[in-house]
Amino acid sequence: MLEVRDLSVEIAAGREKLRVVEGVSFSVGRGEAVGLVGESGSGKSMSAFAILNLFPSPHARIAGGDIWLEGRNLRGLSAREWRGVRGAQIGMVFQDPSSYLDPLIPVGRQVAETLRAHGRNEGAEARVLELLDLMELPSPAEVARKYPHELSGGMRQRILIAAALALRPALLIADEPTTALDVTVQAGILDLLTRLRVELDLGILLITHDLGVVAETCQQVHVMYAGTIVEQNEVGALFRQPRHPYSQGLLGSMLGPDSRAGNLFSIPGSVPGARDMPAGCRFHPRCPIFQPGLCDTGEPALVDRTGGGSDRCRRSGEFDNAWRRTA
Amino acid sequence: MWFVARRLLHAVPLLFCVVVLNFVLIAATPGDPVTILVGDFPAPPGYVEQVKREFGLDQPIYVQLMRYLGHVLTGDLGYSFANRQPVSTLILGRLAATLELTLTALLLASLLGIALGMLAARWRGSWLDSGVQGIASTGYSIPDFWLGQLLILVFSIWLGWLPSQGNMSVRGAPEGFAGFLDHLRYLLLPALALSFRYLALIARITRAAMLEVLSADFILAARSRGASETSVMITHALRNAAAPVITVIGYNLGFILAGSALIETVFGWPGIGRLLFDSISRRDYPVMMAILLMVSVTVVLANLATDILHRAIDPRVGDR
Amino acid sequence: MSAPLNPQAEAIATSRGPGFLRRLCRSRTAMLALGFIGLVILLAALAPFVAGHDPMVGGDDAMLPPLSPGHWLGTDDLGRDVWAQTVYGARVSLMVGLVTALFAVSIGVVVGGLAGYYGGWVDTVLMRVSEFFQTLPRFVLALIVIALFGSGLWKVIFVIAILSWPQTARLVRASVSSLRQQPFVDAARVGGMGDRALLLREILPNVAAPIIVTGSLDVAAAILLEAGLGFFGLGDPNHISWGSMLNEAQQYLRIAWWMSLFPGLAIALTVLSFNVLGDALNDALNPRSRVRS
Repeated sequence: MLEVRDLSVEIAAGREKLRVVEGVSFSVGRGEAVGLVGESGSGKSMSAFAILNLFPSPHARIAGGDIWLEGRNLRGLSAREWRGVRGAQIGMVFQDPSSYLDPLIPVGRQVAETLRAHGRNEGAEARVLELLDLMELPSPAEVARKYPHELSGGMRQRILIAAALALRPALLIADEPTTALDVTVQAGILDLLTRLRVELDLGILLITHDLGVVAETCQQVHVMYAGTIVEQNEVGALFRQPRHPYSQGLLGSMLGPDSRAGNLFSIPGSVPGARDMPAGCRFHPRCPIFQPGLCDTGEPALVDRTGGGSDRCRRSGEFDNAWRRTA
Repeated sequence: MWFVARRLLHAVPLLFCVVVLNFVLIAATPGDPVTILVGDFPAPPGYVEQVKREFGLDQPIYVQLMRYLGHVLTGDLGYSFANRQPVSTLILGRLAATLELTLTALLLASLLGIALGMLAARWRGSWLDSGVQGIASTGYSIPDFWLGQLLILVFSIWLGWLPSQGNMSVRGAPEGFAGFLDHLRYLLLPALALSFRYLALIARITRAAMLEVLSADFILAARSRGASETSVMITHALRNAAAPVITVIGYNLGFILAGSALIETVFGWPGIGRLLFDSISRRDYPVMMAILLMVSVTVVLANLATDILHRAIDPRVGDR
Repeated sequence: MSAPLNPQAEAIATSRGPGFLRRLCRSRTAMLALGFIGLVILLAALAPFVAGHDPMVGGDDAMLPPLSPGHWLGTDDLGRDVWAQTVYGARVSLMVGLVTALFAVSIGVVVGGLAGYYGGWVDTVLMRVSEFFQTLPRFVLALIVIALFGSGLWKVIFVIAILSWPQTARLVRASVSSLRQQPFVDAARVGGMGDRALLLREILPNVAAPIIVTGSLDVAAAILLEAGLGFFGLGDPNHISWGSMLNEAQQYLRIAWWMSLFPGLAIALTVLSFNVLGDALNDALNPRSRVRS
């Protein structure tokens, strides 16, 4: 349903142009949840915004690639046509529901905004109540009249999801939908997303830094690093056997049932900025199995591996866990 | 409703303090307080005795305060011997001219200020933006009464387009619509001079508020729902920017009131500001004190109205 | 009722990033403003040497237009030299502006510091008082107090200062009460530092920068207020001030425009310089407010 091919995003900083997303490809089918995982600065959010051609900064723009949605290429649409896509064919929810809701407008009207923006004024109120009910909000009529500050974080996120799904879009983009919420509330939102996916046959693109969220919600996962996808696989396969040292590191830093304070792990260093991108494999300065001459020359391609999945590591498959060097 | 009631309750002690301050000023002034109550103008000795009795000047200070409060609350602001009129009559007679001037300036400053601020925010970084910011800094720094003198120099004396003194033609003021136009010609320059500082402030705040709102997350969210730019501007941006702008307009009404005292003097406008100037030079104390009281009360009430209006726009106000 | 009377100062935060001076020096307008302020201070200090005439003593040549021999800015109705008056007027304006701001800031720091540091009822009472002072119509009240108590330079300074401190108090209170929660203050308290030492040594240096910003804006406001008093004929009769020059100019607008133009320009430029400097200081303190798009 959604096919992203070779997507690139640049941000203009003065006279410079910084590529924050470089040649990213993935697809999302109906009823499928796909995770886009990475640290902050990996370009995962920018990729998501690009699908709507809507960026938080006026200096960012799509620099290349195609976005196919249900057989139509969105690249080259006019501003007006893009507006027709946003909200109607693709809905989006955001990280911090309190800042993404207008504080001065009752939440019901913000849900209805999606309907009105696309000319569906008739029966908008009834539809809003129906949606709030679908989001498992108690007494929808009452909630619809409330202002954002009168609701809890979890309720606000449900409102944002209702607004995003008002027109039954085929695709929902969820950018860190649970990061700003309490852990107990997080589970509720993830369950809701899964239920909606099944009931509405909804495609979900989930952006997160948290592999745990992906494990719970998604079928496919793409691991992003420094603007590129470094590994892609089915969720089960990736968790069983990550191939790229970066994915292995991310998994290693997850809190598992057997993790104790002593063996908490985090990948040393930080994601390089677009200005000082290392030559060769973008991960090599932080990589435990970096091999001079092999890894620092020419950018490695994303290679399909036997047994499913693909990754960008030239030493792929050499180690089960590069960080412990167990072959 | 509760909010309005709470705010009203909040304003009452402020008003009380304002009256007490007036009393303290009278009591603390060096010399005989009866001079302040009567004015530095020959008054019949019988009247002086009467004032002494009424205000209990031979009584302890708290009795004096109570008497003073009683007089103020019943609207008795004293008698001006310099003008041979009760002070309240005198002030009411001048009220219309001042209201006309200040409200015109308020309207002018708000409309132009908001428009300029929005344009500057919309085309941020352009020459238009720099121009508006220049106007804002200048307007905030230029003394309004000097601006009035400059306007008189240019438009009345050098160009001869507009009159410089008064609020209507003394001889042969025309009737009807022509009279209204004649009046507008007198109003234009003082209203401009009075509004400039306020306009600068409003433009500046509007620009800042718009810039902040336009980069807010909920604007992005509205766009992600397919809302058009016009609808984003009208339903979200303007509404959110309105709260700080209205607060600044309402809370700085004192600007206009203070300015009007100076501007009315420069343009010979027969309002309360001019009356204040005259009563200061004639040491007509009862009139001065009454004007101070009136201006203070107006400011408190304007703040109260601003709070209520703010609450009407922003549901978060007041229930933290 | 908590909005500021002077919203310029509202955005001031407590951050004092590195490179503050560098950022300040890079602003051309700020340097221009600083230069002009320096010039005015210099002229005021050297008034007896640069004026060329006694500003209070007239001559036979009344109402000479600018560029007349010996009087390059002309003379007034009594034949007094306008340049000399303007130069001496700078003394009054600067004195009132600077001393008032110093007083106002001092009161504001004490009140705001106490309210922010102790919180509780001290905070409530002090903030109610400052709220009341903020509600008062400053100019009209200053006019009437001076009219009642008689004019004089120090009275003018005192009255304006008494009416100008709440802005600083609110700012300091906000900064102090947020700083009070900071770990380094806790550390000092645990280390056995007393309340007073803590306020003076740990907290105040951290709010110094925003105080300087409001101070600069206070100077501008005080100069404007003093000019208004002078225009109402309530300035100190023993000193020439820009406001009183404009008062005299009012009657002679038709025949002697220069009597109005030069003192007015002096006020406008001086006030503008202090305002611009205040804004530039603020921008330099909060680089984010500029960089964010």
